Amino acid sequence: MSVLDINKIRQDFPILDEKVNGRDLVYFDNAATTQKPFVVLEALANYYGHYNANIHRGIHFLAEKATSAFEDSRTTIQKFLNAAQKEEIIFTYGTTDGINLVAQTYGRKFLKEGDEIIISTLEHHSNIVPWQMLCEEKGCVLRVIPIDDKGDLILEEYEKMLSEKTKFVSVVHVSNALGTINDVKFIIDKAHEVGAKVLIDGAQASSHITIDVQTLDADFYAFSAHKLFGPTGMGVLYGKLDILNAMPPYRGGGEMIKEVTFEKTTYNELPYKFEAGTPNIADVVAVKFAIDYINELGKENIAAYEDELLKYATDQLSEISGLRIIGQAKEKVSVVSFVLDGIHPQDVGVILDQQGIAIRTGHHCTQPLMNRLGLPGTSRASFAVYNTKPEIDKLVAGIHKVKKMVL
Amino acid sequence: MTINEIQDEIIEEFELFDDWEGKYEYIIDLGKKLPKLADEHKNQDNIIKGCQSIVWLHAYKKDDKLHFEADSEAIIVKGLVSMLVKVMTNHTPEEILKSDLYFIDKVGLASHLAQTRSNGLASMVKQMRAYAVAYQAKDN
Ligand SMILES: Cc1ncc(COP(=O)(O)O)c(C=O)c1O
Repeated sequence: MSVLDINKIRQDFPILDEKVNGRDLVYFDNAATTQKPFVVLEALANYYGHYNANIHRGIHFLAEKATSAFEDSRTTIQKFLNAAQKEEIIFTYGTTDGINLVAQTYGRKFLKEGDEIIISTLEHHSNIVPWQMLCEEKGCVLRVIPIDDKGDLILEEYEKMLSEKTKFVSVVHVSNALGTINDVKFIIDKAHEVGAKVLIDGAQASSHITIDVQTLDADFYAFSAHKLFGPTGMGVLYGKLDILNAMPPYRGGGEMIKEVTFEKTTYNELPYKFEAGTPNIADVVAVKFAIDYINELGKENIAAYEDELLKYATDQLSEISGLRIIGQAKEKVSVVSFVLDGIHPQDVGVILDQQGIAIRTGHHCTQPLMNRLGLPGTSRASFAVYNTKPEIDKLVAGIHKVKKMVL
Repeated sequence: MTINEIQDEIIEEFELFDDWEGKYEYIIDLGKKLPKLADEHKNQDNIIKGCQSIVWLHAYKKDDKLHFEADSEAIIVKGLVSMLVKVMTNHTPEEILKSDLYFIDKVGLASHLAQTRSNGLASMVKQMRAYAVAYQAKDN
């Protein structure tokens, strides 16, 4: 039994009262994006309703209030990641934006022809394409850590790949398609032994796992607010201070400068050097409320409850004949990917949708992974703290209906 | 039959169903009944872009009329596609280009047309019209 009062938590998320196709919504697409609690919605309304102003430059009351709320969020996130300093927290538009920032600044400045970049088979397209673009421009070589049939990285192969040529490693913390939790501490330590820098794509980890960038010794860590009950279009890039300082700025504009003349511009200090233009103030302000909400529930409590849901779903789904669970890694978050014999994932998704159940079907932006698994795609149910076992029962009944209708 | 007569016939058939299950079972049944597309036509060029499942569309002309054959990996898409093929096949390019496909909306499947990215019904219609334009151009 969970120490959390799940029914009370459900009341914090207004969308859970929605009806879809005449049924109570069952939202199992949390790996794509999570729903937002009232506190986050209120924070957005409050900001726009009471202290909307541009930040860092105004001297009036509203500007100061907005600036202080904006910077409070930075401090909250610093603590959330256990970063050493608040200047190491860069606001971005999301995980994708953070990874591109690193590839386009650190990558372009420090990587050269023949250098090797290591990613893994589990990567989301957003942790593949930016590195391919860099490789194309710089003549670097992209190498890929293989997986075994259960969806775990084969770390012995990774160790063999490492050499003095390895200059960068960019690996996902938690796989969005399979739920695999990677041993990123090991990956980081081994990369550091050969002098390579490491970025961790934390998009799927941030809402499930306690993250301590100092213990991990990660050089970069990227995640998106919308996957942890926060707003869309807001993300975070953590980077070690000395590395961020050595990196050239990314976008030019206001806010990121110290002094501009037509002859020469000097750049602002961290973190503003990487935050050109008016930022996404409202969403940055609101993310603090999402993190406070998580902290109030307690990440360990959330993880324990989600684990209970994962076990229950895995057991129940395994009972269905013709259903195969894809991804049985040693350690997983609350994501269950599956295929049904003789039924295309899209048909599963459409028929479940008719029953008010939202899951994700397809390749989950991980086409190379699907190719490795020899699948056109999977159906994926991903759980959050507001989901329940009776909802999982509805999924199971829904899948039986899919089979009855299609086969 | 004209394009509109075929559409009206489909709309009439759907009036028999009062819940989603009957409707979808019927679509699935249409999908199962759609003749398999010959392997030679299941080539890269015939793949409709923008679908979550692979959809193939093959077109040819016979006696001034366009004919379509299609297939998909997913059975519901195949059923939807089968209706489109039924409506659009054996008409002249002019008729196809003039047509207004109201049946999709009338039978309550408009959401499938809107969700272009997931099942590509809209891409399919577009591709059928593109064939019509191409064959028209060839003749002139
Ligand atoms: C593992 C992983 N990386 C990166 C991303 C990209 O995140 P965003 O679209 O928020 O930039 C996602 C989102 O689905 C993801 O699951």
